[in-house]
Amino acid sequence: MKKMFLIGTLALLGACGGKKDEGGTKADPGGSSAAQPAGDGPVTLNASGATFQKAFQEVAVEGYTKANPKTKINYGAGGSGKGRQDFADQVVDFACTDAPFKDADLGKVKGGDFFYIPNVLGAITVSFNVDGVDKLNLSAETLAKIFQRDIKKWNDAAIAADNKDAKLPDADIVVAHRSDGSGTTENFTKYLDKASGGAWKLKSGSTVEWPADTQAGNGNGGVAQIVKSTKGAIGYVDLSDAKASGLKYAAIKNQAGKFADPTPEAVSAAGDGIEVNDKLIFSALDAKGDAAYPITAQSWCMIYAKPKANAAALKSYFKYMLTDGQKLLPEIDFAPIPKSLQDKALAQLDKVQ
Amino acid sequence: MLDLRGKSATGDRAFRWIAIGAAALVLLVLGLVALVMTSRAGPVLSKMGVDFFTSARWSAPDALFGALPFIWGTLFTALIALAIAVPVSLGVALFVTQVAPRWMKKPMVYLIDLLAVVPSVVFGLWGVLVLSQHFGLGRSFLTAGIILAVMITPIITSLAREVIETTPPSDKEAALALGATRWEMITATVLPHSRGGLVGAVMLGLGRALGETIAAALVIGSALGQITVNPFAPGNSMPAVIANEWGEADDMHKSALIALAVTLFVITIAVNLVATAIVQRSMRRSGGKA
Repeated sequence: MKKMFLIGTLALLGACGGKKDEGGTKADPGGSSAAQPAGDGPVTLNASGATFQKAFQEVAVEGYTKANPKTKINYGAGGSGKGRQDFADQVVDFACTDAPFKDADLGKVKGGDFFYIPNVLGAITVSFNVDGVDKLNLSAETLAKIFQRDIKKWNDAAIAADNKDAKLPDADIVVAHRSDGSGTTENFTKYLDKASGGAWKLKSGSTVEWPADTQAGNGNGGVAQIVKSTKGAIGYVDLSDAKASGLKYAAIKNQAGKFADPTPEAVSAAGDGIEVNDKLIFSALDAKGDAAYPITAQSWCMIYAKPKANAAALKSYFKYMLTDGQKLLPEIDFAPIPKSLQDKALAQLDKVQ
Repeated sequence: MLDLRGKSATGDRAFRWIAIGAAALVLLVLGLVALVMTSRAGPVLSKMGVDFFTSARWSAPDALFGALPFIWGTLFTALIALAIAVPVSLGVALFVTQVAPRWMKKPMVYLIDLLAVVPSVVFGLWGVLVLSQHFGLGRSFLTAGIILAVMITPIITSLAREVIETTPPSDKEAALALGATRWEMITATVLPHSRGGLVGAVMLGLGRALGETIAAALVIGSALGQITVNPFAPGNSMPAVIANEWGEADDMHKSALIALAVTLFVITIAVNLVATAIVQRSMRRSGGKA
């Protein structure tokens, strides 16, 4: 439903923009520079992938098509897995994903060499609904125990130890998680797996074996809805959905032992602490740095080294996402990628032909 | 005369081949679906063996796939749905055919048939907003069962109504003439006469309840490992799991989801075959009019 609405909106935007000065740009030599897409004709870029990036793609597409009215971009937020599949099958011009391809799946990518272009960092909040508690500090180990139902009461000693000032009630904890397979679940469970010092037993993945006495909601919105409407609930929700639902969220203990709130600054700080390999694959989870928010997820868009079509428009849009588009991120509760990574990503983009 | 016959022979032949082609196409599609699905379910079935049907653990990160809780959830919610829908449907069908005044009959039938065309996602959302939130049923087997009951009631009702209407008026009049009350007339003539057709109607409703995806996915609760007769517990069903987990699944996980689909396919086909057999038997008994 949401997807259809988005595409409809985009189609409308494209249709409005397309009418402007039909003859005016004819003199353009076409293809002279990567920043000016596709000479004369209108171009449509189709993309699919991560729901994590949906909000960013919406504002980025809007901003980009305002400056380039002849380019129309459709982003179907069907999930990271669908994005990778569509990209591998070459049914889209580009795709975005929260997790890179597994090595075993690289053989399925039909269009040859491609680049991962990191473009978004965002916080996954641990949102809660506890009467009389506004601020909550949680460590990875405590989180792991809460989410696998080892800790079942809000006034448990492990929670109280990190929250000396809070009046924790003697109430049951209700754990909310995603019912659908999700990159957010994958990043959240990867974080618990990595940072909880062995306390987390459920491994990591797009779906994990949640205990039966937990609640499941569809999408970030579904989990947010459960947290909002259930006393004693706790769940992982991306920052923009948590804010949209007016939820309270916890400060999480980072590698440096400090409790960090999920602010765009803390997310950017997590970006500064990452180690990137030459394919620009990295994880922003459990990053180093005093100010870093530890449950920070990253997302990439993927582009073929030799796109089948619309190469100029693709490069131009990717460049926009990495430069002007980055400035839009804090407004929608995401964070830009660090400068060093931005330079590397732009260098990769230059290799696209 | 000759000319006419020649034409009609050509028409006959064309019709014969079109009919054979259509029938063969249906079989071909069904066969191909079964073949492709079974072959893609192969990896998980050869890895898990019988455990796929008997294990209660479903853990994608461990590559352990046991479908028993989902098979149970599918059957349990369908049974709850039938327990609610069958009495209601039969009641409505009997009311419309035997009790309702003539002017009421048409609008009633029309309204019930209208229920059958409401998209399932609408029922699902209604379930989330009204049943689980407003009435506080939460997400559970019962919530899913109630939604399914609402969805299959029109199907069962409209089939039951047609079956019941085939009762020969002479039988009913005879019963009434012997001094039977309306209820006695119904139990003595209408129900025995249409029993087979009614069972068939219920089975077709069951077939739909088993396969319903979106409404169930929205309200069933998506809890793992739930094999319980407590209707208030959250659970999961095969179609709901497929819909929820397909998007982000890796290869073995996809194979497991396809194996779920095959299991569902086999169960629904079995239900429909039984339904068809029962309906046919009752048609033969009631002189071909059902």
